[in-house]
Amino acid sequence: MIGRLRAGVGDPVLLVLVILLSLFGVAMVYSAGQLDVPTVRVQDVWRLQLAWLGVALIAFYVVLRIPVRWLEWITVPAYVVSIILLAATLVIGQGFGTAKGTKSWISLGPLTFQPSQFANLAVIMMLARVMGNWREPPRSITKLLLPVGIVALPMALVALQPDLGTALVYTSILLVTLYWSGAPVGMIFMLVSPVLGLLLSFATLPFTIYMVALIAFLYFYRAYLWESALVLFANIAAGAIAIPLWDKLAQYQKNRLLVFLDPSIDPRGAGWHVIQSRVAIGSGGLFGKGFTLGTQKRLAFLPEQHTDFIFSVIGEEFGFVGTVGVLLVFGAILWRLVRIAERCSDPFAGIVVFGIFGAWFAHIIVNVGMTAGVMPITGIPLPFLSYGGSFLVAAYLGVAIAQRIASEQGKV
Amino acid sequence: MQLFHLHARRHRAKVILWVLTLGFGWLGVNFFQTQVLKNSAYALQSEANRLRPLPLLAPRGAIFDRHGEIVAENVPGYSLALLPGHRDSIRARLDRLAPILGLSEAAIEKLMARRSKAPGQPLLIASDLTFDQLASLEEMRAFLPGMMIEMQPKRHYPAGPVIGHLVGYVAEISEDELERPEFDDYLPGQMIGKAGLERQYESLLAGQQGTRYVEVDAMGRIVGELPDWTRVRPVPGRDLELTLDLELQRWVARIFPDSLRGALAAVEPKTGEVLALYSNPSFDPNDFVGGISPERWRELNEDPAKPLLHRAVAGLYPPGSTFKIFTAALALDLGVVDPRAVMPIPCRGGMQYGGRYFRCWKREGHGSLDMAGAIQHSCNVYFYQLGLKIGLERLLLEATRLGFSSPTGIDLPVERKGNFPDGPEWYKRRFGWLPTSTEVLSLAIGQGANDQTALKMATFFAALGGGGRIPAPRLARHLEPKPGMDLEIAPQHMAILLEGLRRVTAPGGTAHLAALEHWDFIGKTGTSQNPHGKDHGWFAALAGPRGGEPEIAIAVIVEAGEKGSISAQYAAKVADYYLRRKYGMEPDTIQTLREYLLAGRSTQWARQQ
Repeated sequence: MIGRLRAGVGDPVLLVLVILLSLFGVAMVYSAGQLDVPTVRVQDVWRLQLAWLGVALIAFYVVLRIPVRWLEWITVPAYVVSIILLAATLVIGQGFGTAKGTKSWISLGPLTFQPSQFANLAVIMMLARVMGNWREPPRSITKLLLPVGIVALPMALVALQPDLGTALVYTSILLVTLYWSGAPVGMIFMLVSPVLGLLLSFATLPFTIYMVALIAFLYFYRAYLWESALVLFANIAAGAIAIPLWDKLAQYQKNRLLVFLDPSIDPRGAGWHVIQSRVAIGSGGLFGKGFTLGTQKRLAFLPEQHTDFIFSVIGEEFGFVGTVGVLLVFGAILWRLVRIAERCSDPFAGIVVFGIFGAWFAHIIVNVGMTAGVMPITGIPLPFLSYGGSFLVAAYLGVAIAQRIASEQGKV
Repeated sequence: MQLFHLHARRHRAKVILWVLTLGFGWLGVNFFQTQVLKNSAYALQSEANRLRPLPLLAPRGAIFDRHGEIVAENVPGYSLALLPGHRDSIRARLDRLAPILGLSEAAIEKLMARRSKAPGQPLLIASDLTFDQLASLEEMRAFLPGMMIEMQPKRHYPAGPVIGHLVGYVAEISEDELERPEFDDYLPGQMIGKAGLERQYESLLAGQQGTRYVEVDAMGRIVGELPDWTRVRPVPGRDLELTLDLELQRWVARIFPDSLRGALAAVEPKTGEVLALYSNPSFDPNDFVGGISPERWRELNEDPAKPLLHRAVAGLYPPGSTFKIFTAALALDLGVVDPRAVMPIPCRGGMQYGGRYFRCWKREGHGSLDMAGAIQHSCNVYFYQLGLKIGLERLLLEATRLGFSSPTGIDLPVERKGNFPDGPEWYKRRFGWLPTSTEVLSLAIGQGANDQTALKMATFFAALGGGGRIPAPRLARHLEPKPGMDLEIAPQHMAILLEGLRRVTAPGGTAHLAALEHWDFIGKTGTSQNPHGKDHGWFAALAGPRGGEPEIAIAVIVEAGEKGSISAQYAAKVADYYLRRKYGMEPDTIQTLREYLLAGRSTQWARQQ
């Protein structure tokens, strides 16, 4: 079995890093349950996380044996099933524990799982399937409509469950895979420019400057006339709907965004998370307060300390050394993914690996940035560290696929 | 160009690695700023987050009388507080506590208001739980999270109503007091001296509260306590030793003429030490400790007898004939009269002056009297003429100099100053006219614009008994004597005054029935007119061993006590009790000549004097 495993594992460094990080994650989930106040809920979840790690490793072992070709064959059915499941969560979905407000879980008897975590993989494969067939760079923005549609469909379904963070992850997947598939940077810029227009439209002067710059860009980029017209129209439309859209947001969503700009406007409400997380991290200093000894965590000042804010616990208990250490491990994992993709002569395989890269990169930047208060609070977990079964298993499926790809490319 | 050619892949991988490096580098810089550069600020914030200072109450100093008997002490009491929490949950718990503690809706509102002022502090609900309440609370403990029942010293006054006005009481600090700068260190719910000595010596008795630190969670629940060495220990309050003789005070309260209102002040001559100070009716200061019930408060406030008024230092009464001693002393001092001579106008029941007829209290008249005789018989006509010899302006000036327009300066918070004109302009200010010389006639016999307290008259008599001088009366032993009264009177003149006073209780005197078997007991009766009913009766006295110096000065005012005979009996009984105790004699309830006569005992001693 070891032999077969070794044959499937194309990048042992990546596997070792991932397993070490997961074990460290279980330890941190354990620490997150060590409080000075009665907490029935979080105290024992580390055991569950350990069990989920076992499940994830089994899933890893199974998926490792699936050839990449098979993955390509099941891409379309997997995507369709994912979309159906996402649509189903809107109807029969449930919320649990801290995420009661959202409805992103589906119950299968005693088991509950989050379809959106697995939908990510299906979306990535679907993008790879489509863009892997490109033989030349897309010449016009119309070429990008299909990939955008592939992402937009699940994104729309996920966005209906109130989960803004996942939308950011999809965007990241799309942009990274587009770039890897050879879409010119200027074209990617044209694609995302309406989002910029949306954000900048809240102030008149920046929006005006931005529009002038956009027109100049379109002129020098030699975009098609209709293309330019479309992009300009999209930007103006985005600017026009920005304020009505803002008014339509739920109050907690507005608060989260406003608090991101200035946490002190609501120190007991939405700003609480950011402030307390920053105090936890900041008070950790260079070497931290010691494993399980973080006072902010022990006294329950840290919210969601075992899921979204697990990185704050690391910052408090292991200090700057700990946070940099974990970031370096994450960096190494992503670097290994880039190396695997780089060696892929098969476009489908390469795009899949970069899709996984895009997803994790977004998760890490958004989650870690949130704990430091430089990213808005979105509620997306940290890969391998945050407590959560579906996400851990999904992450290990990603690792398995990457390993399989690495080993197949190595053989070729 | 091949889209997925190795070179293309390498190039794009390089770009993506750069993006990766930038993204992670940006995070790293942020964490360096937060964790390394701003570490101390955040560390401080996390400490402040988790530590809450809680007060450690300082035990209040005890109060002792001059013989070491306890006047005020601390006994174990139980207090109930709720740990900080959300307002709704505190409110719900208060509602559950209400039937046990008898909290009214208004009381709950008040507690909620206090909670919102200091949401992070434990909320003190009651500081004086009864054992029944304690038992009920322990039963309900499971339904009342965050309940903190603590042993807390509780103030107790063993003598109860006997010392009510004198010692005052402690109660929770009020909102107004909290805002005053001198009470900066005080916390809501803390006990503070509200009246009497407890208020006067608050800073001495209170001590300094300490602090302990507890660790709290994000909800403000206490989860642990910091080690002992982090505590700031409270400084216990200092004990207060009084000049008061509590045993005497008990006697004073016990024998106060039944159901009458009035006051007694007993001062030691020479030293100015207050031996007894009592006001009737009194109240039990223990009722106030831990919060007085609204019913009891209303009862005390609406009682027409005004039990809360400290009559001995705040009850003003015209001093009547007791004031004649001052007129006599002043006349002797100024040399305007020969004490052995009689006045030009003999007493025929009154005298004509300034177109008005001024009456003596005795219709049939006293005839011609010398000074001692005039004091003995309290002859108004003699003193009218004495007043005229002194003159209005001089009388006002000297009486003011001696202190009849000011307070005695006793160490009690509520003393009222004497009401006496400090000069002719006083009339202008008060009434809009300047007085004529006839005014001096009234003033000379203790009538007119003149109201004094029992303590003031006791002090004045103590000065007479101590050779003309006395420091300001005081209750605290440790207090340095402050300047009080100085009559500046020659010994031979003093002898004449004392002789006059002696004749008052001698056969034929106005208070002969108050004479005592074992002691010299001399004094002066007084009547102050009461527009509302029977006249108030004064008696101001000096007493001591036979032939010795006076050892106690007493002034008694009994409202509606008429002519001072009740007051004289009372003062005599107090003096007798004090001196018997001082000289180791058995106390007796048959003390005065009147009582000897009523009891059918031999009164041989009274005839021999």
